Amino acid sequence: MAIADQPDVPRARRRPLIPGWTWRETQGFLFILPWLFGFVVFIAGPFFFSFFVSLTEWSFIGDIKWLGLDHYVRLLSANDPRFVQAVYNTTYYVAFHVPGVLLISFIIAGLLNQKVRGIAIYRTCFYLPSITTGVATAVLWFWVLQPNGLLNNFLDIFLEPLGVSGPNWLGSTSWAMPGLIIMSFWTVGTTMIIFLAGFQGIPQHLYEAAEIDGAGWWGKVRNVTIPMMTPQIFLTSVIGVIGSFQVFTAALIITDGGPADATLFILLLLYQMGFRAFNMGYASAIAWVLFLIILFFTIVQFISARRWVYYEGVRA
Amino acid sequence: MRRISQISFQAADASTRQRTLRAYVWIVFGRLFGYAALLLVAVISLLPLAWMVSTSLKAFGREFPFPPQWIPNPVVFGNYLTAFETSNLARYFGNTLMISVLATLGTVISSSLVAFGFARLEFFGKRVLFIILLSTLMLPVIVTLVPTFVLFKTLGWIDTPLPLIVPWWFGGGAFGGAFFVFLIRQFMLQLPRELDEAALVDGASYFRIYWRIMLPLSKPALAASAIFSFIHHWNDFLNPLTFLNSEEWRTLALYLRFFLYTEAGGGAGLTRWNLMMAASVVMLVPVLVIFFSAQRYFIRGVALTGIAGR
Repeated sequence: MAIADQPDVPRARRRPLIPGWTWRETQGFLFILPWLFGFVVFIAGPFFFSFFVSLTEWSFIGDIKWLGLDHYVRLLSANDPRFVQAVYNTTYYVAFHVPGVLLISFIIAGLLNQKVRGIAIYRTCFYLPSITTGVATAVLWFWVLQPNGLLNNFLDIFLEPLGVSGPNWLGSTSWAMPGLIIMSFWTVGTTMIIFLAGFQGIPQHLYEAAEIDGAGWWGKVRNVTIPMMTPQIFLTSVIGVIGSFQVFTAALIITDGGPADATLFILLLLYQMGFRAFNMGYASAIAWVLFLIILFFTIVQFISARRWVYYEGVRA
Repeated sequence: MRRISQISFQAADASTRQRTLRAYVWIVFGRLFGYAALLLVAVISLLPLAWMVSTSLKAFGREFPFPPQWIPNPVVFGNYLTAFETSNLARYFGNTLMISVLATLGTVISSSLVAFGFARLEFFGKRVLFIILLSTLMLPVIVTLVPTFVLFKTLGWIDTPLPLIVPWWFGGGAFGGAFFVFLIRQFMLQLPRELDEAALVDGASYFRIYWRIMLPLSKPALAASAIFSFIHHWNDFLNPLTFLNSEEWRTLALYLRFFLYTEAGGGAGLTRWNLMMAASVVMLVPVLVIFFSAQRYFIRGVALTGIAGR
């Protein structure tokens, strides 16, 4: 059968399914067809439909009422105090979470890169929290952040001599956000692994050259490690910003935005508007504003990258 | 002449030795500091998890002893039994497992097809389509959440596991699934082209090349995708929360949240922390088992794409 199947003519000359396309092109198209279908139905279609919905008043059951840009005007002119609060909170979170995660993972990866023994064990320990993200982690941290929870037990070692006790993390408007940020530092594993791979890719001869030039420890970090790591720093900060603007699970489970909206994130507000208040139009408008905020920061990062990211082999 | 060079050589030797000694002391010091710091971070990483397990074994009402108690006294293994007996935990476990396995299966099969198309075949608009595929990774899932909810509501899929499974059978066409296409494609690009060209000359069809040559060779990438995908679905919260309401199809993530919501509302004294932690441990065990049995694929996948499964 295999022999009978052997074509005498090249496959390219088989009659095309789609006029004007060779059989090879048609096949290539068939292979990516599942994605193309999914893209249209689950991404592109909803993407534009959500923009349409954002221009309307729709409670999902009743009629759609055309509003035009009203939702956007309300959002962007800061007429909704809860939205302003949510933007402030989210920015607060991103501003501490992203640099913090980068710094911590950079230091850990640097320590791990010193040819330590048992590197695999350490790597496992540091990466473990990252795969356990989700509700179980959130429940765990709800418990860790209790007034008499693990974190305060730990802090009491230092605070007790001073006669102070740890804060009531989740019950206080000023401590709830720091609590969530501390929790987010627990999952630096992914960034750390990307950095570790980057560290291992830095050619040793660069360090040797720097040593010959009389560079000390800091000189080598500043003039070799950091410049060579800029692609990884760039990548992780882009991913970090995109991801942390969409912080949701932990906040919904641990604080549900409270106390007094102190941890109300944009996504949380969107969720409350869309799926609790069934204000689909307003929720979609929030989604689009969030999308534009993320797009803005991503573009800014890409533009600034030309100034500070160094790709080996690519000369400006 | 000879003598002078000897002297200077000896002098240099002495000063070098001194410098080496000092450098050596610094290296040892640095090493010790490094190990101490690593150990500290490792302990901090594992402490909350250890506490979770410890609490799950404590007796009710004794979860917050003072001073903190790491080894529970008494050790109550029965908490796990109680957690299963007092709720439908087994059912939620089964739901989560079924959804995660079916979605992962779809992800791996369809993503590998699409990845092969992008890695090996030529067709009109391939470059543009690939850029579009990658850009969907940057699109916040939330922008499409409301319309997809409307879509699934229209299809009558709300409160069934279908919205959590079916989109994943379309080659990364949904919710950031493009990551898997990207991962597998990157891997396939590294495979030698001579293999499929030889097979092509022998008259193999492209599907046969995909099925018989590329898939077996891409096992590491497929494994990495399967693991990331499974863990993603296992931990997923936003989608089940949006698309499932009733108890019938409740996943572990939803249950834990529901448990916390009902228990923690009842005042600190009434909250059954031990059972909650036991249920959390139950949820974590499969993820940990997979992680430890397939760790090398994980690390490779992260290093290959620079992005981890979300």
